[in-house]
Amino acid sequence: MNLELIIFIVLALTGAISAVGMITRPNPVISALFLIFNFFALAGLYLLLNAQFISIVQIIVYAGAIMVLFLFVIMLLRTGEEPKLFSEKKHIKYFAIVIAVLVFVQLGYLIFYEAPSEYISQRVQQSMEAGTIENIGQQLYTTYMIPFEAAGFLLLAATIGALVLAKKNFE
Amino acid sequence: MLTEFGKVLVFIILAAAFVVIALFVARLIRPARPTKEKFTIYECGENPEGTPWVKFNIRFYVVALIFLIFDVEIVLLFPWALTYQDYGIYGFLVGIIFLLILGLGMAYEWRKGDLEWEKPSPKPPNLAKILEKSKRNIPVEVPD
Amino acid sequence: MNIWEIIIITVIKIGAILTIMLLTVSYLVYFERRISAWIQSRLGPNRVGWEGILQPFADVFKLLLKEDISPVAANKFIHGLAPFIAVFVAFSTYAVIPIGPDVTIFGYSIQLVVADVNIGVLYVLALTSLGVYGLTFAGWSSGSKYSLLGGIRSSAQMISYEVSMGFSVGGVLLMAGSLSPIAIVEAQYGWMWNAIVQPIGFITFTVAAFAETNRLPFDLPEAEPELVGGYHTEYSSMKFAGFFLAEYANMIIAAGMIVTLYLGGWQVPYIDKLGLGEIVTALMQVGSFFVKMGAILFFFIWVRWSIPRFRYDQLMNLGWKVMFPLSLINIVWVAALIMIFNL
Repeated sequence: MNLELIIFIVLALTGAISAVGMITRPNPVISALFLIFNFFALAGLYLLLNAQFISIVQIIVYAGAIMVLFLFVIMLLRTGEEPKLFSEKKHIKYFAIVIAVLVFVQLGYLIFYEAPSEYISQRVQQSMEAGTIENIGQQLYTTYMIPFEAAGFLLLAATIGALVLAKKNFE
Repeated sequence: MLTEFGKVLVFIILAAAFVVIALFVARLIRPARPTKEKFTIYECGENPEGTPWVKFNIRFYVVALIFLIFDVEIVLLFPWALTYQDYGIYGFLVGIIFLLILGLGMAYEWRKGDLEWEKPSPKPPNLAKILEKSKRNIPVEVPD
Repeated sequence: MNIWEIIIITVIKIGAILTIMLLTVSYLVYFERRISAWIQSRLGPNRVGWEGILQPFADVFKLLLKEDISPVAANKFIHGLAPFIAVFVAFSTYAVIPIGPDVTIFGYSIQLVVADVNIGVLYVLALTSLGVYGLTFAGWSSGSKYSLLGGIRSSAQMISYEVSMGFSVGGVLLMAGSLSPIAIVEAQYGWMWNAIVQPIGFITFTVAAFAETNRLPFDLPEAEPELVGGYHTEYSSMKFAGFFLAEYANMIIAAGMIVTLYLGGWQVPYIDKLGLGEIVTALMQVGSFFVKMGAILFFFIWVRWSIPRFRYDQLMNLGWKVMFPLSLINIVWVAALIMIFNL
């Protein structure tokens, strides 16, 4: 058993446990805390795959920005006053179980029959280097120049849209 | 092989261990003499009124929203900045167009007043009115 | 070098960095109190040991022996976790800040940094963005109105200034073309310090660093007159010490980052022209790093007693309407400089 495998198992367990913690805690702030732990474990897993940019973005954007927004919303809504969903609507529970089973069947099929790792590992060296920030920068200049600028426009639209919605809801 | 990220991991583990040990040692040696008053919430000596989780200004939410969008733009700019020197004038143009779009978003927010922190307009007590009122009822001596 | 030698050297380096850091933090508190006293014509702590030199240890033991109280309304789990997050985030950042060039000791070539990560600057930024949670969770979990307001204020303040901080760092990356702190320092050879090449970025980054560390004039999360201490109103004993430690550790990181990114790190201009020996040069360079850091820390304390606290709307306007546009202008300025002079 090598070190990488041990780290992978630790991170995967952290991710899974924090995900379960997130959906089972009744207090939404503690759920948010578990979600942050989950993002951390995910960032670690990305780093194991040498996807440095994605890993850092996971922490800076998801854990550092989106979760702050979530927390603000949760705190603004005053926690602990919302009705218990499952105790009021029983049939949602069965619906959730069906969806969970479907997702697991799909995952099991992909892992055991399709074996995606066979396709990925063909060009190991290339895929190892693809995740560094320098590589992504070069791709932005050459192949993905238009999508890069389009992302700028998308964010502009997001800015305007978000502010319009925020104003509409609270005034 | 211990990579540089591995060293960071070792550092993080040791730092966490240090914090845990410090808190544990403190637990061993500190006194514990709880009384009811010690566990009350501080509110300037009064008994706490109402829920501690008060409603706060909605502006905080809007700030977080704007921050989220600009944070994504920062992250997108980093790969551009790193490889900028290899591409000359072409790279300059790519970046400037992106920054212009970003500036447009900022200008929109500025124009719409979303960068403004609206503060409640202060209402100082109208001294003249108070004096007027008090004069009608009881004569008050106001020192010059 | 085989794997065991690398591991032993790494552990020694980590131990050294943690020790240096803890000592610096405790003495930073002491020096802050002495310098504050000096600025205000007071005496300051001068009884424990010679001129109060043992005061930090007395403080630590006092805090260790204090009773730990978590109030009735508090959420115990998060209340205990929040100071841990704050200290942990502050400590972990030290792993990537280089204090000197490579040196050769006993035949080993040793880098004077724990880990030369190729995304070091982003690592620091990522951890800084997580620093928000220690304060927010502390404020929320205490179950006190002062704490909640302090926590919310601090997170809004920190995220606002993170934007200008991120864009200022962008200017540094343009110059260096690398995210590794060592490469960034080496790119500032001679007088090519980023503080000279991009003064606007230097100013915006320094202001953002003040705001991120909650130092005066940006200490609204604590604001003693109105919030009684803000997010740590309901903390005592080692948990309070945790926040205290984190705040001062963050100050040292901020100073270290300012020196690394803008003041040439360990570089001393033209030191290689003097013809000194390798060991002497390295010692002088490490010394210069600490001198620069000390100067920045002194500046932090100096500002504390020179500028009064901002009002909240002033703070937000400064962040979004002055620092943010300035940091954007800085990026364009640096990009144009590189274009024109082909740096």
